[in-house]
Amino acid sequence: MEFKNAKYINDCTDSTKDPYITIYAVVDGRHLSIPCVVGNRYYDQAMKQVKEGTLTIEDAD
Amino acid sequence: MSKAAELAALIANVNKGSSLANKNFIINGAMNVAQRGTSFSYAHDGTTSAFTLDRFKFIVSNTDEFDGTLTQATDVPSGEGFVNSLKWTTGTAESAVASNEVMYIEHMVEAQNVAGLRYGTADAKPVTLSFWVKSSITGTFNSGIYQSDGSRIMTKTYTISSANTWEYKTLTFAGDTGGTINDDNGEGLRPIWNIFVGSDYTSSDSTSWGSYSSATWGYGHAQNAHATTAGATFLLTGVQLEVGEKATEFEHEPFETTLRKCQRYYIRRNAAGVYHYFGSGHVEAVNAGRIYTSFPVEMNHIPVLETSGTASDYACYNSDVDACTSVPNLTNASTFETGIQLANSSNAFTAGRGCNLLANNTTDAFLAFESEL
Repeated sequence: MEFKNAKYINDCTDSTKDPYITIYAVVDGRHLSIPCVVGNRYYDQAMKQVKEGTLTIEDAD
Repeated sequence: MSKAAELAALIANVNKGSSLANKNFIINGAMNVAQRGTSFSYAHDGTTSAFTLDRFKFIVSNTDEFDGTLTQATDVPSGEGFVNSLKWTTGTAESAVASNEVMYIEHMVEAQNVAGLRYGTADAKPVTLSFWVKSSITGTFNSGIYQSDGSRIMTKTYTISSANTWEYKTLTFAGDTGGTINDDNGEGLRPIWNIFVGSDYTSSDSTSWGSYSSATWGYGHAQNAHATTAGATFLLTGVQLEVGEKATEFEHEPFETTLRKCQRYYIRRNAAGVYHYFGSGHVEAVNAGRIYTSFPVEMNHIPVLETSGTASDYACYNSDVDACTSVPNLTNASTFETGIQLANSSNAFTAGRGCNLLANNTTDAFLAFESEL
């Protein structure tokens, strides 16, 4: 999977609740909201690429 | 016909399997459901992995010049009750198939639906894969089954004898007494149809169950001309995978039945009009609203949400139509339902009001939930 423009998204009503509820990214050309749930293949792949140093996910606003 | 003959015919029909419901592990084998669209173009970008008609995935790796299209076609075998097929058409041909180049179609079957095959035990049951195929190029092709949990594979070859003619193929795979299929929502079995296969994928015999390696993927495949022939076609329909050593009549089912099965893995809601309503909720703050939506079936796992990628394609109606300033995002998602978060950084929403998520004067807006294996 090729991730572009990856960015964490907070709960926009309460930044102290559910931090980083999703990752927004363009994945192989598709615009995806990815739940931060281990076992989700997109999330797992994003974390793998972060660990390998090939992907940086921008912090939430 | 005598009563005895009628009874014998009835028993024979039951034994043939034609009256058994849900015998087919394949979902959308008749290629009728196409939530993602009916035509998919693949540029010569080397490697592509993408779903096409529901549940069927197309993979091409390491090519150079090669491109083409996959479509939902109406070319079908006559007299079999089909109305659709999956059709590959080569656009630009590859100059030659290098050792690491490969193209195939695959279909992933959920593990808990095939765990009853008892792989890994002495009771492991055989399965039979049957399908209709039509190709502009004749020759020997490889098809197989990959087993994810055990990382094992078994493949077979079949011959396409006549160009541009529908042919019915059946391939039986022994039960794998050394295999593993977990009783869970992961991938269980993955039937594959190789269309062209470089030599890296053909050097290891996989005609009986054994450990997977890339060299086992397409053992015996001997026809790669779909890669090197502009305009070459390969069509597939009537795909069935069932328990036993004999193929039975294809199990046709109502469209809505197949659609519901597909929606466990993918649900797409397109804007039916320029102000299409996707769902209702409430405005929590001047910059934030949420809607809630239930899925028609429990999804395989918590899905991702796909959008058009253009924030202004979406709006929050909470007295006025206020465009979103970022694309909708999932929130509090489960396999049964999800919240969808709407944002407006200009604080245009009115807190405390009900709201709808709607297309903002465009039919480009859509929501798609994906939990494919």
